[in-house]
Formats: sequence, C-alpha cells, structure tokens
Amino acid sequence: MTKPPPLHVSVIAAVAAGGVAGAVLRYVLTVAFPDSTTGFPWTIFAVNVLGCFTLALLPHLRFVRRHALLPPLLGTGVLGGFTTLSTYAEQSRALVQSGHAGTATAYVVGTLVVCLAAVVLAERFTSAVQRGRFAKGGGDL
Amino acid sequence: MTWLLVALGAAIGAPLRYVAGHLLDGRLPRGTILVNWVGALLLGWFSGLGLSGDTMALLGTGFCGGLTTYSSFVVQSHDRGKVLGTVTVVVTLVPALLLCALGFWVGAQA
Repeated sequence: MTKPPPLHVSVIAAVAAGGVAGAVLRYVLTVAFPDSTTGFPWTIFAVNVLGCFTLALLPHLRFVRRHALLPPLLGTGVLGGFTTLSTYAEQSRALVQSGHAGTATAYVVGTLVVCLAAVVLAERFTSAVQRGRFAKGGGDL
Repeated sequence: MTWLLVALGAAIGAPLRYVAGHLLDGRLPRGTILVNWVGALLLGWFSGLGLSGDTMALLGTGFCGGLTTYSSFVVQSHDRGKVLGTVTVVVTLVPALLLCALGFWVGAQA
C-alpha cells in the first residue's frame, strides 16, 4: 500500500473529519455533563484522560497500523479534536479568578499526572517500533 | 444545531494543528506547542469578550478545541523522554496558562 505524502489532501481531510467527530463528541459530553464553574471540571478532565489513554493505545491496534490514513484520522483527528488544552487553560483561569486557586492547581496538575499515568499504562501494550511508525504516519500531531 | 458550528470550527482547527505539527515539530514538538499556545490565548480572549452560545460553540468549543490537543501533548512529552519531555510540558503549560489569562484580560477591556 502506498502512503500519501504528509500534506496530501486525503490526509488533511482525514484529520478534519476526525477532528469534527472528536470535537462534537466532546461537545455532547459537556452538554450532558456540564462542568461546574466553581468546582473541579470532571467532564473535561475525563475527556482528556480518556483521549490520552486511547491515543497511546492506538499504535497497538493492528487495523490502525494497516491503513495509512487511520493514524491521522483517529489519532490526530478524533482524539486531537476530542481532547483540549484551551478549555483546560480557560477553566483553570476562571477557577483562579473566582477564588478557587486550590481547585485550579489540583486540576492543572491532576490532569497532567493522570494523563501521563494513562499514557504509561497504555504504552505497556505497544512497542517502540509500533509507536515510531504511528508517529511517523502523523498519528500524534 | 449548535453541534454543526462545533463541527465547522473543528474542521478548520484540527487540520491547522496537523499542518503546524508536521511543519514545525522537531526535537521539541514546536508545532503542537504553538497551536496549544494560540488556542489557549484565543479562548481566553473569547471568554473575556463574553462570547457565548453559537459564537462560542463555533470559535471556542469547535475551533480552539480542535486546534489544541491534550492527547498529543502528553504522548509527545512522554515519548521524548525525561529531559525533553519535561521541557515540553513546562514550555507548553506555563505560557499556555499565562496567555489564556492575558487573552481574557485583553478581551475584558473591550
């Protein structure tokens, strides 16, 4: 199977389509489970942890490795669109401004630590070669 | 139909992130770092401006959410090992949080 060049329209379109799916899923979850503006933002926390775990697991899945468009579609697209650093930053800022600096700190540090732990866990199922190919295929941009 | 605006914003933000990462990532993921900074700054600004409803769905939830990523940020940081990974985390998060606050402050002045 020939691989499209990295900036080929098919790859860009795959990332866009995946990004739409991930962002809409995130939106649906925040409507169903709105984050409190004064408490710990559990919904976006869960979104980011789940997204990190799944992205780190993708290189393990054989079907993802077999199709050149699936790493950019599922990794960079769906999971990149699903997770968010902008909302995380804005929620932290708002918590500080409303006098909840402790919660903001717990949120900033807690998200990072739990996401890193999720990645460490998921990567136990993948090899360095699989991760390297997945990254080379544009799966984690 | 708000979700359609989220979809439209993400359809632009996510491929921009991909292109930035592809062109700029090296020993440090400079492209991913850049889009996360820009997204945090913009979302802070939009919040400071008081955007809400459909406008926020398009520009904030869709575009900024699609442009920024937590999953690639953490996976890239982890895969770069202790030193470069730590640098990536610090260089991503500290400016992103400050830029978000700056963006909000600028927006709130308007």
